[in-house]
Amino acid sequence: MWEKEWRILITNLDDVVGELRSGMTIGIGGWGSRRKPMALVRAILRSGLRDLEIVSFGGPDVGLLIAGGHVRRVVCGFVSLDTIPLEPHFRLSRQRGAVELTELDEGMLHWGLLAAAHRLPFLPIRAGLGSDVQRVNPELRTVRSPYADGEELIAMPALRLDAALIHLNRADAAGNGQYLGPDPYFDDLFCLAAGRAYLSCERIVPTAGLLASGPPQSLLVNRAMVDGVVEAPGGAHFTSCVPDYGRDEAFQARYAAAAADPTDWQRFRAEYLAGDEPSYQRAVRRFADRQAGISEPAASP
Amino acid sequence: MTAPSPDNNPGPGTSPAMDGEMVPAAPLGRPSRAEVCVVACAEAWRGDGAILASPMGLIPTLGARLAQLTFAPGLLLTDGEAHLLAPDGADVPDGADGPDGTDGDGRVTEGWLPYRSVFTMVAAGRRHVLMGAAQIDRFGNQNISCIGDWSRPKAQLLGVRGAPGNTINHPVSYWVPRHSRRVFVDRVDMVSGVGYDRAGALGPRAARFHELRVVVTNLAVLDFQTADHTMRLRSVHPGVTAGDVTAATGFPLAIPGDVPVTRLPTGQELALIRGQLDPAGLREREIP
Repeated sequence: MWEKEWRILITNLDDVVGELRSGMTIGIGGWGSRRKPMALVRAILRSGLRDLEIVSFGGPDVGLLIAGGHVRRVVCGFVSLDTIPLEPHFRLSRQRGAVELTELDEGMLHWGLLAAAHRLPFLPIRAGLGSDVQRVNPELRTVRSPYADGEELIAMPALRLDAALIHLNRADAAGNGQYLGPDPYFDDLFCLAAGRAYLSCERIVPTAGLLASGPPQSLLVNRAMVDGVVEAPGGAHFTSCVPDYGRDEAFQARYAAAAADPTDWQRFRAEYLAGDEPSYQRAVRRFADRQAGISEPAASP
Repeated sequence: MTAPSPDNNPGPGTSPAMDGEMVPAAPLGRPSRAEVCVVACAEAWRGDGAILASPMGLIPTLGARLAQLTFAPGLLLTDGEAHLLAPDGADVPDGADGPDGTDGDGRVTEGWLPYRSVFTMVAAGRRHVLMGAAQIDRFGNQNISCIGDWSRPKAQLLGVRGAPGNTINHPVSYWVPRHSRRVFVDRVDMVSGVGYDRAGALGPRAARFHELRVVVTNLAVLDFQTADHTMRLRSVHPGVTAGDVTAATGFPLAIPGDVPVTRLPTGQELALIRGQLDPAGLREREIP
């Protein structure tokens, strides 16, 4: 009965991207090469969005969006593929001076999202004091404790987002989202820090089916925090989305090798990123078949 | 001073350990340089009690696990994801199936520590990290962010990651697998981890949790136990001279009159490293 009063938020990848505008500040959930909303990122690659400011515990989401020419500024503490420490696109774009960077301690990034989620102008934090994070962010201010200790701390400004993109294992049609892996990362904070939050998931299930997969505390985001739900199986590929699937290390290695070589990158783009999401997933299956040594069926005579 | 040469290809044979303790003969043989480094990393956590040990790199990870199995059982260790793993007490060979509740690696999950909780442990000071350094100076300022001018670096590396927060909140040590003048520099390009001079400039209140413990390299162990907290040679690994270390260091090092040799692994430690923690010998690939 209550369910009938809930908004049905099911949408699709391209309609989510249709809600975004050039110049927006967009937060992307996950961590490094872990549970990134890659299907939504790939949908942005098909769009004309430009000059985005990306806030992320950065992984291939940041690299791909830079490679597509969609990014003006990255706000992060790192960009890494985890098992491959350096993200090639991020690396090359920084070395060319082609992308602006707000470089923060990763704990400061957490605090900036928490401040935004709480609608506070800033939150005090010790991290950053004495480091060159202060030098390369001259707008960063300190604040002195008004209590007897008088301690001076970094005043980490709120990282207010226009939109957040996250990927979870399960969700219902109303936007209640569930993670089944070991780490929630900061996806709930990204949603609360954002004006609009979009959730892709491996599978949309009936609300009554959510607790069949995991305990109540696995329900990381609720429908008050989410504005759109997309069912995108394989939507975190090639990052990890355990327990549904681990990181596709072979494909990530292919991505990283291609990203480091402009000619190879054109081949990679043509093979994997030129079409829509189903065509990406088909190309990935072909890649997996080749990895497994299954040859392509011979053309009929 | 000189020290006996390490044996990088441990083979059968009897060899008295250099600290006078008898290392069991075949099949253990002499410790390799990598094994000396594992023990030197383990020593970084001696006396830390029940705190989160966060090693970056294979040799620091082996060191942390060795410390947890021997003289520092209070240490908390993660699997690199969100599980805290404790020794399960069962004598399970690495890679074999363990009893119920074990991961087959001789370890059992004792807790849950997602990234958000790691940040809380950092701020609470209940952690000692042993991390890498692309550059480090004589006050222990460390750089993992980028090489060259920050606005357009010659080489973009990881970014500062958690180094600023780590160094201002809890003890930090460093692991440098290739001790050279490219790493030990006069001035780092982007201060990620805060050194003693910058911590001192913040004043005693802001810097009260700042502590750089040791720098372990493939040549030596260094620390900051000098009057002005500049880097000091604490010990050299077997086969390395103080001159070797200063030649590979791009700033003047404090050298005590008598530089001891880094403590060698005990027979028990060697058996744990070789039999349980790293039977494939991957540690030998992390140093030159």
